[in-house]
Amino acid sequence: MKITKEISIGDVAARSEELRGENMTLNMGPSHPATHGVLRLSLELDGDKVVKCDPVIGYLHRGDEKIAENMTYNQFVPYTDRLDYLAPLANNVAYAIAVEKLAGLKLPARCEAIRVLTCEMARISSHLLGIGVYAMDTGAWTVFMYTFNEREKLYTLFEELTGARFTTSYTRIGGVTRDIPDGWLAKVSAFCDGVERTIDEVDKLLTRNGIFLERTEGIATISKEMALAYGLTGPNLRASGVPFDLRKDKPYSGYEQYDFDVPVGVKGDCFDRYLVRMEELRQSVRIIRQVVKSMPGGAWYAEDAKKIFLPPKAKVMTKMEELIQNFMLVTEGPQIPAGEVYFEAENPKGALGFYVVSNGGGVPYRLRIRGPSFVSLSILPAIVPGNFLTDVASILGSLDFVMGECDR
Amino acid sequence: MDAAALTSRFPATQDLAGKDMPTFRVAGGDLLAAVRFLRDEHGFDLLADLCGLELQGRPVRFGVVIHLLSTTHKEYVRLHVDAVGDRVPSVSSLHPGANWHEREAFDMFGIVFEGHPDPRRILMWDSYPYHPLRKDFPLAGIEVPFPAADVAEVTGQKVEPAPMMGGPFVSHGGKLSEGEPSALDQSWTEEKPKA
Repeated sequence: MKITKEISIGDVAARSEELRGENMTLNMGPSHPATHGVLRLSLELDGDKVVKCDPVIGYLHRGDEKIAENMTYNQFVPYTDRLDYLAPLANNVAYAIAVEKLAGLKLPARCEAIRVLTCEMARISSHLLGIGVYAMDTGAWTVFMYTFNEREKLYTLFEELTGARFTTSYTRIGGVTRDIPDGWLAKVSAFCDGVERTIDEVDKLLTRNGIFLERTEGIATISKEMALAYGLTGPNLRASGVPFDLRKDKPYSGYEQYDFDVPVGVKGDCFDRYLVRMEELRQSVRIIRQVVKSMPGGAWYAEDAKKIFLPPKAKVMTKMEELIQNFMLVTEGPQIPAGEVYFEAENPKGALGFYVVSNGGGVPYRLRIRGPSFVSLSILPAIVPGNFLTDVASILGSLDFVMGECDR
Repeated sequence: MDAAALTSRFPATQDLAGKDMPTFRVAGGDLLAAVRFLRDEHGFDLLADLCGLELQGRPVRFGVVIHLLSTTHKEYVRLHVDAVGDRVPSVSSLHPGANWHEREAFDMFGIVFEGHPDPRRILMWDSYPYHPLRKDFPLAGIEVPFPAADVAEVTGQKVEPAPMMGGPFVSHGGKLSEGEPSALDQSWTEEKPKA
C-alpha cells in the first residue's frame, strides 16, 4: 500500500509563524566595498530580507567644527577639501560664499564665473564617480573604467588650475588663489567634447541594461513627502519629484545668467536617482560651455576688500600699505564683522550648508557644517527594511554619499 | 514670510531682525507648535539644518538653531531656542530628518531633546564621557579609555589626545622614516641639502 500525503502552499502559509527562524544580525562595514568608505550598517535579517537597519557613523569624525573655531577663516579652506573629497572645489566655493555673505562682499564677475566653472567641473567629477561605483555595486564593471578615464582628465585640469589634483583649496575669502592659466579654457572645451561622448557611452551601457534595471527599478522608492520630511537635498530630492535646485531657486555666484534645465524624477526609486544624475552631467557640460564662451575679463578677486583678501605679491614687495595689509591678514586673518549667516550651495551630493557665527575678527565663534550625505544616510532606517540584502548595495550606490562629509 | 505672522500667533516669540533671513527667538514651550505652524501654514516643508550653539550673553548656556526651508516659496527661516536646563523639545516627530541632527547636538553639546525617539550619541562612541564642541573642552582632546573594554584589557590601549607639540596639529619631531623628513626636521634646507 502506498502512503501519500498531499501538501499545498496553504499548509505552509498556515505554519508560517512556526517555520520562522531566528533573525540574524549582520554587521556590514565599516570597511566594505559597497559602503563607499567607513559606513557601518548593523542589519537584522530574516532569511535574506532586511527587517531592521541601523547605520553606525562617526568612523571618519575629525572634529572639523571644533578645529574651525581655532583658526582663521582662510586657514580652514583646506579642511573643506576633506568634506566631500570627491568634489573639493565645490566645497571651497560654498564655504567662501558663506563667509563672504557674512562680510557683505560683492565679487567681480570674473571671479564668480571661475567659481561656477569649477563647481560644475566638480559636479561632473563627483557624478562620474558616483555613477561608476553605483554601476559596479550592481555588477556592471565596465562603466567604472569609462568614467574614471574622464575623471583622470579632470584631475589634470584641476592640477593646472589649482596646483593640486585632489585637495585643491582653490578659494580664499574674497576671491580665488590664482587666475585661470593661459590656454586652460580651450582644454576645458576639449574635455567637454570628450566627456559628452563618454556620457553617451555610459548611457548606452546602463540605461537599457536588463540586469541594471532589475537591480534598481522599483527598489527603495522614496516618495515626495518622505524625501521632504527627511530633508533630502540635491539629486536625491529631485529624483523623488521635487523640482528644487538651489542654483535655480536661490541663485548664487551668478548662476542665474546661465541656461540649464533641472532634471526631476517621477517615482523616486534607485533607477530615477541614476537617471537624474546622468541628466545633471549633461546640464553641467552645458553650463561649462556657456561659462567658457562668456568668461568676463577684469579682476578675479575683490580688490576693494583690503581687510579680507591678500594683496598681490608684487605689491607686497614694493609698497608699504600692501606690506602692512599682508602682515595683518596673515597674522590676524580676514576681518569679518559680527553676525550670523546660513548659506547652502547646490553641491553634487546635495545642499552643503555652512552656518557661521562671528564675533568680529579673524576667527569664527561657531562654524556648523551641514553635510548632505549625513542627511541622505539618515533615511536608511526607513528605506532599507523590506529589501533583500543584495539590494543594500544598490540603495547605498543610488544615494551617492561620501563619509568625509557625513562624519566631518 | 511676514514676520508678524509668527510673533502675533506666538506672543513670546522675539523677532531678531536677521540680515540674511527672517530670524526669531522662540520659547521652548512654543517650539513644536511654531514649527508645525510654519510647516503647515507657511510651507516650510524641509528642515534644512538643526544644530547646537553655546550662547553668549544669555541666561542659559546652550541653545539650538533650526533652519527651515520652503521648497515652494524658496525661502529660509531661522529659529533660535534657548535650552533651559540643557533641555529642548524634539522636533523629530514633525520632521523625521531632525532625528540625526538632534543626536549630533546631544553628542557635541550635551543638549537633551525631550521626546526624542532614539537619544544616543552619533559621531562619538556610546561610552564617550565628554561633549567635545563645548567651549571648555580643549582642542587637543582628553585621554579616555579605549571604547572596546576587552581589547583594552589585553593591550592596555587608550584613546590619546591629539599631539600638541609646537602647534595644535603638529606631529612629534624627529625621524619618522629614512628619506622622508618630518615637518620639524631642521637638518636640511633648500640651500643645504640633506646629508
